[in-house]
Amino acid sequence: MDAVFTYILYGISLGLLGLSFVKDKKKTAMSLKRAWRMFLNVLPQFVAILFLVGLLLTVLNPSAIRQIIGVDSGWGGMLITAFLGAVTLVPALIAFPIAAELLRNGAGLMQLAVFITTLTTVGLVTLPLEIKYLGKKAAILRNVLAFLFSFTVAAVVGLLL
Amino acid sequence: MKEVIKRYKYLIVVLALNLLVITVRPETGIAACSFSGRNLLNFLVILAPVFILIGLMDIWVERELMIRIMGNQSGLRGILAAFLLGTITAVPLYALLPVAGVLLRKGSRIANVLIFLCSSAAVRIPLLLFELSSLGWEFTLVRCAANIVVIFAIAFIVDWLLSEEDKEQMYESDDLEKYAKN
Repeated sequence: MDAVFTYILYGISLGLLGLSFVKDKKKTAMSLKRAWRMFLNVLPQFVAILFLVGLLLTVLNPSAIRQIIGVDSGWGGMLITAFLGAVTLVPALIAFPIAAELLRNGAGLMQLAVFITTLTTVGLVTLPLEIKYLGKKAAILRNVLAFLFSFTVAAVVGLLL
Repeated sequence: MKEVIKRYKYLIVVLALNLLVITVRPETGIAACSFSGRNLLNFLVILAPVFILIGLMDIWVERELMIRIMGNQSGLRGILAAFLLGTITAVPLYALLPVAGVLLRKGSRIANVLIFLCSSAAVRIPLLLFELSSLGWEFTLVRCAANIVVIFAIAFIVDWLLSEEDKEQMYESDDLEKYAKN
């Protein structure tokens, strides 16, 4: 699924780039130059995030996560799950199979909902980068609220399913 | 010098951490680094088109147009535009942030930028099928519905908690500006 999306993304961006080139060569060159500068600007932080995620994922591999979350871990488990989801930045493509396996092993739906929600919306690892773009206050508020609201999502899942 | 340290501060800390792990637990450390190396390649592949699009958007999309679509007066249409733009995008959060930066820079409403960010992180249409197949439609449906409500709640609460001063700073602190001048 991710691969297909990447192809589409390439198709769109190259198509638009071509269109831009036909319309105005100078502007196109300018946009590429600017894109390159913006990229270089955040590159150090990107690389830092990647290496931190690599380290975290090696230590917190799926079997470790499985052990921590356990089968019947209740609210405590949910809290741990939330923290795990918040710190780690597992790509959704890896996260869903882990979640499915946890489910098969008897983990609660609520824990899974918290895990998936914090996993995708809260990023302690990416916080410095987020601060760079949104400013300190907005970035921290967004992450804290996303963390808190992940329990709301879990509660809704728990109530309805 | 100070600039350099500020710029590379996180990278230095993270690399030092990696080195530490390599010395203490060589196996884990090397596994982590090779994993990160492979990821770096993956990440460049995803980022190239994202940055091409950001560059094009920066040059071609007039500020006035963006303000009309997603600015402070854009109302429901702006909210919908931000939400749709977010849900069809399936790139990792770190690749979304530069896009959010350009949206801000072009004068989008802060709540709308947050809606874009959150919806892209939590409700990705390209990934829904995947979630459906691994976790079932009931779970997926309920989680997404709950998350959509939460997205709007987060966006408007953050927007409401920020003072006018904070917002002005957000529009100004964008360091893309600095680079655009070079």
